[in-house]
Amino acid sequence: MNIPFMAMRKVVAMISIAMVLVSLGSLAVKGLKFGLDFTGGSLIEVQYAKAPALDEVRTLLAEGDYQDVTVQNFGSPVDVVVRMGNAYTPTLGDEVLSTLRDNGSVKVELMRSEYVGGQVGEELREQGGLGMLLALAIVMVYVAVRFQFKFSVASVVALAHDVIITLGIFSLLGLEFDLTVLAAILAVIGYSLNDTIVVCDRIRENFRIMRDTTPYDLINESINQTLDRTIITSMTTLFVLVVLFFFGGESIHNFSLALLIGILIGTYSSIFVAANLLLAQNITREDLVPAPKEELEDEMP
Amino acid sequence: MLNKYPLWKYLLILLVIALGVIYALPNLYPDDPALQLSTQKSTSVVDQRTLATAEKALQDAGIDLKQAEVTSAGGTLRFNNGEDQLAAKPVIAAALGENYVVALNLVPTTPEWLSSIGAGPAKLGLDLRGGVHFLLEVDTPAALKQRLDVAASEMKNSMRTERIRYRSVEVNGGVMSIRFLREEDQQAALELLQDEFSEYVYNTSNDGTDYFVEIGFTEAARAEVEAYALQQNLTTLRNRVNELGVAEPLVQRQGSNRIVVELPGVQDTAAAKRIIGATANLEFRLEAGLDANAADVDTLTFRDGSGRTARLERDVIITGDSVADASSSFDENGRPQVNISLDGKGGSQMARTTRTAVGRNMAVVFIEHKSRSRFVEGEDGKLTEVRRSYSEKNIISLATIQTTLGNSFRITGLDSPRESSELALLLRAGALAAPIYFVEERTIGPSLGAENIRLGVLSAQIGLLVVMAFMLVYYKVFGLFANISLALNIVLLMACMSLLSATLTLPGIAGIVLTMGMAVDANVLIFSRIREELKAGLPSQQAIHSGFNRAFTTILDANITTLLVAVILFAVGTGPVKGFAVTLSLGILTSMFTAIVVTRAQINLVYGGRKNKRLFI
Repeated sequence: MNIPFMAMRKVVAMISIAMVLVSLGSLAVKGLKFGLDFTGGSLIEVQYAKAPALDEVRTLLAEGDYQDVTVQNFGSPVDVVVRMGNAYTPTLGDEVLSTLRDNGSVKVELMRSEYVGGQVGEELREQGGLGMLLALAIVMVYVAVRFQFKFSVASVVALAHDVIITLGIFSLLGLEFDLTVLAAILAVIGYSLNDTIVVCDRIRENFRIMRDTTPYDLINESINQTLDRTIITSMTTLFVLVVLFFFGGESIHNFSLALLIGILIGTYSSIFVAANLLLAQNITREDLVPAPKEELEDEMP
Repeated sequence: MLNKYPLWKYLLILLVIALGVIYALPNLYPDDPALQLSTQKSTSVVDQRTLATAEKALQDAGIDLKQAEVTSAGGTLRFNNGEDQLAAKPVIAAALGENYVVALNLVPTTPEWLSSIGAGPAKLGLDLRGGVHFLLEVDTPAALKQRLDVAASEMKNSMRTERIRYRSVEVNGGVMSIRFLREEDQQAALELLQDEFSEYVYNTSNDGTDYFVEIGFTEAARAEVEAYALQQNLTTLRNRVNELGVAEPLVQRQGSNRIVVELPGVQDTAAAKRIIGATANLEFRLEAGLDANAADVDTLTFRDGSGRTARLERDVIITGDSVADASSSFDENGRPQVNISLDGKGGSQMARTTRTAVGRNMAVVFIEHKSRSRFVEGEDGKLTEVRRSYSEKNIISLATIQTTLGNSFRITGLDSPRESSELALLLRAGALAAPIYFVEERTIGPSLGAENIRLGVLSAQIGLLVVMAFMLVYYKVFGLFANISLALNIVLLMACMSLLSATLTLPGIAGIVLTMGMAVDANVLIFSRIREELKAGLPSQQAIHSGFNRAFTTILDANITTLLVAVILFAVGTGPVKGFAVTLSLGILTSMFTAIVVTRAQINLVYGGRKNKRLFI
């Protein structure tokens, strides 16, 4: 099996650039729909014994002294989330709950109530952004030390590509971006890097043992050699993520979705993007320390 | 010889696995719903007699008890199910009376031989167990202002004794300003105060008619006041949380001015919030005489809503901080009252003041620090929250001093028994040194916790099955080896969680599930290398050997980078997200061991040292 990946590089590069541009555009115009963790505010999640009509719930709350109320189902018809813009008081959650119970005529159970102060939200947002940049920076340094600078540029650009597109999809679809999704994005950075490193590792190894091959063919060969592994690992991971997405419950729904998207994109980018960038930087054998080990030579295929 | 491990290596692997199984084992025993009994006072203890009283009360109420035992922290009553536990709580509380605190808890059922070697189940996070998480911010500007207020009255006293005439003293935004009519007063005061109060910075100014001395904190003094306020609030919150009777609470400092409070399993969050956030305190003051200087008099209203007012002296005899013990009860007319005993210093202060004031009136003032927040549009057009704190002072009682008061007395005039018992609790636990605000609150109901556990375990099981089936189909016998390693990986991961007493959260479980998908990666790398080598014509023993060797650096690089990211995640994340980072990083470490060493051991055991057999891979 030998798929001419590098022959598709121009087309793939166009696709990638287009996806990144669309994502950046959406992030700039539409932005991310930040969840409570980042915006601050109050929400309360309740479970009804019988599925309620959301309009009735809204009317009920409209009579109370609540501002900017939104009422939505959360995963199932009996689960309802109420968000509001009221200033925090320690009794707010209980007041809403008793309003919803409508003098005990409706059976409602409190699942969770959350309040995040505006300042805390802002700090979490800053911290999250910083964490993401820090992760990219550390990865860049590690790869530069373990491999070589061109590899480091290639893998970090590939990671940024994955993160931007995942964020872009969240922005385009208007999915809520909360702390768990941020965690997922960081995990995607780790995972996608894992894939890229495996490919880079093989490229480095092949540069040492395949002396008469052009970088173009060599990279193509390396990708083909690792393709089996790349696909199998991505598949096992995607399997468990699909399981988490369907069975993990509503509160980690977006978390698993972000991982699913991120890992799909990450697999694509470790095959196409990272290698493509290496070629674009004119990677040569001399870039890697030419210190062939004796035993490696013996095992040459 | 190729692919042979020495015996000690096999034994070491077996030992690690055995330890893993033992330390992971407690997680299989379900927790018992229980009631935790503890006492408030040093005079009462939880002993067999207490348990006997409790058992009898339960018997009368027809509630089954599973087991009762005396522990180092008090007593534990175990029940067969959650309903019994909930039904039993009011019964026990009524039977034991006010001196005991009864709290809902889940206690592990780890067998003795396991707990004796330090094994126990992993801790469950609030999202799995239910409970409340608060993030509180200490209002340090208010603490600074309070300190300046105290300093202001001390400075006034010393200026008075030195007969330095000042016009007014004002405290505003962390700066105190004293106004003088004459320059020589200003200079004399400056000399005096600089000498007596060295922890402040002094500035002088004049506006043409009047002369001022401005007083602010030195950098060190400011830091010290802030640190003290935080420390004092931590202590007070710990005391209050202990009074609430929550099992395994967490009260911890976060950053320079924040405090995290976590109360697992708390059902009545309203009461918890009221008591944690309460800033109520008491002041005892004399009623001002008719001839008193207007500057030294405060006019306060009564708390009963009648609109009556009274003129009180500004000087405070003692505050609630001098209270050593307080309890609530009822007076002869059945109205709620709080019995107070003062500490030594407070008692003698009280005696000294009241000795010369028999026949005058003394007021008990109830103070509550509150805050209003409003949104202000900043320069960049963004709305920012601005908090303004203020205190509400009301008189709860004004009574004639009949005789010199000593260490203990009672106060009446409270609205309800709930108010009297909460005031007693607050006085016992101590007042907050500075007001605090809730900046974050997360309450997770117990049923959501149970639901999260169910979903987490379900997806872990399905995920495991899917991955195992796939590996078996794709790699046959070698897939079986990988599956055994994967199962052991989960056992080791759980053992590590238990040993480190790391907290398991729902994203944490997701982390475990994700690790399953990723843990087989190392084996996939190795197996696909072995397949390649076989295709290249290498004999099977050689293929296994070089497959493992050549995959090793790749595995190492790939896992170290993921680990680095997981560590960042741990540093950035809070609560549940931290849980994800923990399981992810532990999972990476354990999977390296199982996927490389344990899988190799199995392969060596089956294929090692034999003539090149056909490999089912």
